[in-house]
Amino acid sequence: MRYPRRVMSTTTIAATASLDLKADMSASSRHRLAIDDLVRGARLWRLAFALGWLDIRLRYRGSMLGPFWLTISTGVMVAALGVLYSTLFKMDISDYLPFLALSQVLWGFLSALVSEGCTTFTEAESVIRSVRMPFSVFAARTLIRNTIVLGHNILVIVVTFAIFSRWPGWEGLMAIPGLLLWIVDALALTLLLGAFCARFRDIQPIVNSVMQIMFFVTPVIWKPEQLGTGMAKLPLNPFFDLLEIVRGPLLGGGALTTTAWLGAIGFSLMLCVVSWAFFTRARGRITFWI
Amino acid sequence: MAVRARIEVENVSVWFPLYHGSSRSLKKMVVAAASGRLGQDQQQRVVVRALQDINLSLEQGDRLGLVGSNGAGKTTLLRVLAGIYEPVTGRLRVQGSLNALLDPSLGMNMELTGRENILLRGLYNGLPKPMLPRLEEDVAQFAELSDFLDLPVRIYSAGMVVRLGFALATAIKPQILLMDEWFLAGDAVFLEKAKHRLEEMVRGADILVLSSHQVEIIRDWCTRVLWLDQGKIRADGAPQAVLSQYLGTPLEIA
Ligand SMILES: Nc1ncnc2c1ncn2[C@@H]1O[C@H](COP(=O)(O)OP(=O)(O)OP(=O)(O)O)[C@@H](O)[C@H]1O
Ligand SMILES: [Mg+2]
Repeated sequence: MRYPRRVMSTTTIAATASLDLKADMSASSRHRLAIDDLVRGARLWRLAFALGWLDIRLRYRGSMLGPFWLTISTGVMVAALGVLYSTLFKMDISDYLPFLALSQVLWGFLSALVSEGCTTFTEAESVIRSVRMPFSVFAARTLIRNTIVLGHNILVIVVTFAIFSRWPGWEGLMAIPGLLLWIVDALALTLLLGAFCARFRDIQPIVNSVMQIMFFVTPVIWKPEQLGTGMAKLPLNPFFDLLEIVRGPLLGGGALTTTAWLGAIGFSLMLCVVSWAFFTRARGRITFWI
Repeated sequence: MAVRARIEVENVSVWFPLYHGSSRSLKKMVVAAASGRLGQDQQQRVVVRALQDINLSLEQGDRLGLVGSNGAGKTTLLRVLAGIYEPVTGRLRVQGSLNALLDPSLGMNMELTGRENILLRGLYNGLPKPMLPRLEEDVAQFAELSDFLDLPVRIYSAGMVVRLGFALATAIKPQILLMDEWFLAGDAVFLEKAKHRLEEMVRGADILVLSSHQVEIIRDWCTRVLWLDQGKIRADGAPQAVLSQYLGTPLEIA
């Protein structure tokens, strides 16, 4: 049999590793292990991308248009809502529709991310139980999956902008720092919600209801200016701040973009601190919760 | 590369709090069965004491067999060694690359083709890109799926799935090999070739920890046996001594 020799020639060796896990860890070793989780997670970025793509592929397996169904349904919804609300609000459709398309797509990303953040770890239960894997990989997977969906929906924005020739110009590039902040926030949020919802199963329905309420109190389908004097209070809503730092530059000057940045940075810092504090404590226990 | 493989387990206990059950009726049970494995932790939560005060030290060359009745804690101990369950008390130190064969279908996705599953496994193991073709070649060659390798696993026969799963699990050679019993169950259906591959992997590992109900396998492969009972170490020593104690009868020398 020539088989044994063949195996030897193609042997794949596992990467070396070492582990030191103590119960009753000091704060510094908790932080060290949490940082180690992020570092190892970053090294596995190709896995996170593969899993994110895989989720999309499996969600739409066998369908001809695949994720473009989402683009179509978003497009239809934006068109319908656009005609309806521009009549209701008595607004110029060429001004309202680009706003609505952009807001709706960005909001869709944020709310799906929050909702799916809750199942980040519970959906990966079998893997988490059978191999030691950095938890940040699953957070990245949730982010990547939703970014792919966002990527498909961007087509709706592009088409709307093209129809009404509302190109943002160079100023639109100012949306990029906003998107970078979104990435940081998304990872912090999925780590936090993923761990928290694994421990407390009632959280996800609560989160979903909160997001529904936030949809109405955040200017997604209505414009901030419609609030009149109440507009000054909008930056207290973290979702408004986050939405505005990306939307403002793309729509060519939201009056509130500067204050929104201040709010967005403040809320993001808070989110990161809370998320890190919880994750460093919860990390070693997540496997017991799922 | 090549650090000396070593495992050091000091006073490790693992408790499973029962979070998502109805803990009120469970609390009644705990009071009833005060001496059993169910108990309460400091926060008055109902817990299953899966492992209690385990001490264990393994050096290069050790081949440890785990025996014990159902629910004794063998799988849990393997998960602790793999770093999956972090200890509730005590300390675990592991040096050397590790591969834990715990779940036969780890990361296998029925909708993907065999080839895609191989690549995915490579990614799970964090293999650098240049190593992926090698992994693919090795698994493809062993599983002998030929044209089916490019078809979804969903349409494979049961035996083909087993072959692929086995080839994947045994493709990456670690210094420390942890094996749960599923892997050896139904030895009869394994081809001679599969046994050969497994033995090669076992021989290549610096440390082996193996859980099995099949005493013959433990006797053949292990140099040391740990008898777990109710989450505690009941006996630890040479296979002959521990196994005869475990079986309640002296073991005839093969
Ligand atoms: N996730 C879990 N949640 C609660 N209890 C658990 C969990 N996993 C294991 N246990 C408990 O821990 C104990 C040890 O289980 P384990 O799976 O380690 O046993 P085992 O020795 O592998 O048994 P078997 O021979 O049947 O495979 C059992 O009492 C089991 O009920
Ligand atoms: Mg078991």
